[in-house]
Amino acid sequence: MKASEILKPTFWKVVSVIIVTMGLFSTYFRFSRGLGATTNLHDTVPWGLWIGFDFLGVGLAAAGFTIAATVHIFHIHKFEPLVRPAILTAFLGYSVVVCLLVVDLGRPENFWHPLVMWNIHSVMFEITWCLICYTTVLMLEFAPVVLEKFNFKAPIKILKMISIPIVIAGVLFSTLHQSSFGSLYLIVPGKLHPLWYSSLLPVHFYISCIAAGLSMIIFESFLIARSFTKEDGFYNTGLQMDVLSGAAFAVLIALIAGFLLKIYDFVENGKLIYLTIFSTETYLFDLEIILGTILPIYVLSFRKFREDKKWLYIISIFVISGLILNRLNVSITGLAASSGVNYFPSFDEISITMMLVVLALFAFRLIAKYFPLFVNEESEDPVNGRVQINHNY
Amino acid sequence: MFKEKGILFDVTLCIGCGSCYEACKEVNKLPQTNNDFLKDHLSDNTFTVVEQYGELYARKLCMHCNDPACASVCLVGAITKSPTGAVVYDAEKCIGCRYCMQACPHKIPRYEWGTTHPRVRKCNLCDERVKTGKLPGCVDACPTEAALFGDMDQIIEIAKQRLKENPDKYYQHIYGLEEAGGSHVLVISPVPFEQLGFGSNLPLEPMPEFTMRAMEKIPSVVVGGGAFLSAMYWLTKRKNQIAKEEKKQTNGN
Repeated sequence: MKASEILKPTFWKVVSVIIVTMGLFSTYFRFSRGLGATTNLHDTVPWGLWIGFDFLGVGLAAAGFTIAATVHIFHIHKFEPLVRPAILTAFLGYSVVVCLLVVDLGRPENFWHPLVMWNIHSVMFEITWCLICYTTVLMLEFAPVVLEKFNFKAPIKILKMISIPIVIAGVLFSTLHQSSFGSLYLIVPGKLHPLWYSSLLPVHFYISCIAAGLSMIIFESFLIARSFTKEDGFYNTGLQMDVLSGAAFAVLIALIAGFLLKIYDFVENGKLIYLTIFSTETYLFDLEIILGTILPIYVLSFRKFREDKKWLYIISIFVISGLILNRLNVSITGLAASSGVNYFPSFDEISITMMLVVLALFAFRLIAKYFPLFVNEESEDPVNGRVQINHNY
Repeated sequence: MFKEKGILFDVTLCIGCGSCYEACKEVNKLPQTNNDFLKDHLSDNTFTVVEQYGELYARKLCMHCNDPACASVCLVGAITKSPTGAVVYDAEKCIGCRYCMQACPHKIPRYEWGTTHPRVRKCNLCDERVKTGKLPGCVDACPTEAALFGDMDQIIEIAKQRLKENPDKYYQHIYGLEEAGGSHVLVISPVPFEQLGFGSNLPLEPMPEFTMRAMEKIPSVVVGGGAFLSAMYWLTKRKNQIAKEEKKQTNGN
């Protein structure tokens, strides 16, 4: 690409530059003036948008471990083309999460304390360690893609040797911290609205992240197919339909499992009564369940819809929205009533979050352009003709 | 052995003079935050308040739980239980995640939102003073003995005695004895506690138990999950291999 092409202003380029610039200013203010001056956080609302966003970022990045397990542990090789986009999504998602966590810390200079000061009874301690370990795993899982490009053979060989233990470790770390994000709220039975509070929160979180993580991959692959064309110099032109409908079927199963668990939870703990009370919480809960669970279950249970590109795209957006709503409900709206304060994120909170999202999207686009990401058997290298790519990761 | 100490606050004896409020400010070197102490609320510069409910006054401060939620959730162990029974905070360890504030069932910890190097702020039951044999500032200043400081077993006994001897005067419940697993601040009052702004419907078991029930499953998830995944890896690999060989054989025939 020529310099003149890079500098050519397009709508999205201009918007991205504005968002990143604003985000940088906000970041400067956040660190120079403190949390009180730049956020709408409050003594009774100690966690806001940043923590809420960490919840959904981690949830949506869940495909990283589900796809890796499907292909490398269960040997269902049909899904191999999904592995790389899933791992990259997860890695970028976790990078955003880690950055936001540090921004959110009141004493960011002490971020390393959990490495040496341990309290094994804290869910937060477990999550911190899982985040560190899993981000390392993701890096190791994605490393071969980069190493292949530059033709480093020896390190790839070593990584291949330890690939299965790495995948297993990744699945275990993910299982632990995905569910533990739900466990964080087990200690606030009096504060979190009963529509969301449940001793099964960790299980709810785990199942819902599987459905949403896979939907994220479906959504992404359509986005990639639409926006990254061969004329632009991309290798990748999306994924085969049968792979995507296979993933959609897995989404369906996860959604049904999650829905059944919710029903069990509501019946067992006598929470059905809360559904009949008209309140903001009930509306939000209904919206979350209908939009993110019931509707997708209905549509996906028809084979013809599962094999229809347009429907898959729409439904994946629904499932993703369902998870976003759920995580924000648990971390913000579900606690609003007990805090007695109406919280809405400040400009700086929003702008820093948006900056990190834009940077992650930019990184994804860049990597998708220069590294073989959405490869399948038919893909061709525009320079060297046909490429043979090992799907060991 | 050093016995754990606590405060018994008797609402019937409190005259709402604000001596405890002033003493707390003085001992902890906190700036003035409100001209009228009755209108003040807990903040990073106010560790105890006196609230007026009609003719009654209720003090709010850290309850110093037996098994504190804040200490159990702190990932770096910045909040600990002192041998005196006080729940104390070490700013040097704190990373500022504010999970303690989220977890506290009594909604006590406050934060220095206004600074770039914020601390979590709350009553520490004058831990340093108590260790040197002195009374907590607020108890020392109380002119009516509405606040009593002593060994836990003693103040529990006194509270029970007062309830028993004056059944008409007291609402028959000691707040803090069982709430959230029990605390080192106990309150007795002539009216039900929700009328005085104390959290009602708190679980009677220690809050960390709620988390422990999930956390204690972790080892089995790791061991079981690891074994399951390894087994599945081996099994599905073998299955594919056999399928491949069979295919080869059929092709050969």
